[in-house]
Amino acid sequence: MGTRNFLWDFGKKCFTFGLIGLTISDRYASIAHVQGLSMYPTFNPNARTFMGSLTDDYVLLEKFCLEKYKFSHGDVIAFRSPNNHREKQIKRIIALPGDWITAPHSYDALRIPEGHCWVEGDNSASSLDSRSFGPVPLGLACGRATHIVWPPQRIGEVERRIPHDRISFG
Amino acid sequence: MKCRRFGGKGEEDMGALSKLSQWRTLAREAAERTAILAKFLCILHVTNTYICTPTLVYGPSMLPTFNLTGDVLLVENLTVRMGKVRPGDVVLVRSPENPRKTVSKRILGMEGDRVTFMIDPKNSNRCQSVVIPKGHVWIQGDNIYASHDSRNFGPVPYGLIQGKVFFRVWPLNGFGSLRQ
Repeated sequence: MGTRNFLWDFGKKCFTFGLIGLTISDRYASIAHVQGLSMYPTFNPNARTFMGSLTDDYVLLEKFCLEKYKFSHGDVIAFRSPNNHREKQIKRIIALPGDWITAPHSYDALRIPEGHCWVEGDNSASSLDSRSFGPVPLGLACGRATHIVWPPQRIGEVERRIPHDRISFG
Repeated sequence: MKCRRFGGKGEEDMGALSKLSQWRTLAREAAERTAILAKFLCILHVTNTYICTPTLVYGPSMLPTFNLTGDVLLVENLTVRMGKVRPGDVVLVRSPENPRKTVSKRILGMEGDRVTFMIDPKNSNRCQSVVIPKGHVWIQGDNIYASHDSRNFGPVPYGLIQGKVFFRVWPLNGFGSLRQ
């Protein structure tokens, strides 16, 4: 009888903490695991070595930006991939609605439509981003990366960086 | 005389102690009530996001399925999360032109399908045909004369779908699950 009560209480506590954790990670902030080299050297600068996969970066994603969908140029955001809704990607916002962006090595200029943004990885050589799948609707965003929280020697803020040569603000 | 003075001082101490213990019980009760409220809000959030939520839709784009002035519908998220949405379902979609707006439309095609639609049904009979790319769906309002949908902004990514409508609560003469 005592063990049943204990298990029941323990189960209730786990369930409550699970619910609270889920709510906090949906509405306020959560931790995300960054895989891949598309944001080198901002994230995962050591992934080329053998032990690199154990020291992948973990970043803090804040969800307050999803209230009004207000992003700035140079923000690093996490979003659901337009080609596969189960995957999430982390890239940097280069252009916001109304801006004109030029494709590299070409004279074409593209206007970002309303409600969309142009995302690119910092490592242009190995990044699948808006240069292949076009502008991404802002409704797919699920958080903004503000700080790196792991590994301990890389704890710090994620900086904003804007390539001024390719974009003209609308 | 002396005894009375000592008695008075003792009574003041007792008064201060009982006030302190009263504040402590009050604080403990307030903390418990706040914890219950926080747990309730968390359960509400999880139910609304992951299971089922009511919502009010209005506008002319889904006539005659939904009224112009407003219908209260029940929307479930489990089907969307499992990826089992099918053509013919009415879904809530975050608008690709304004992420703060959520619209209700019907899915007419999934990825890989070929969709044929009339570009401007009010003025001409011209049709156009489009193949839906991977990971996208084609959404269209039932009222093709007054609906701003995929015919204007193209196929939308599946990740923008918020939920599937399965039941109408208000108005009462339409109470029940939705038919095709």
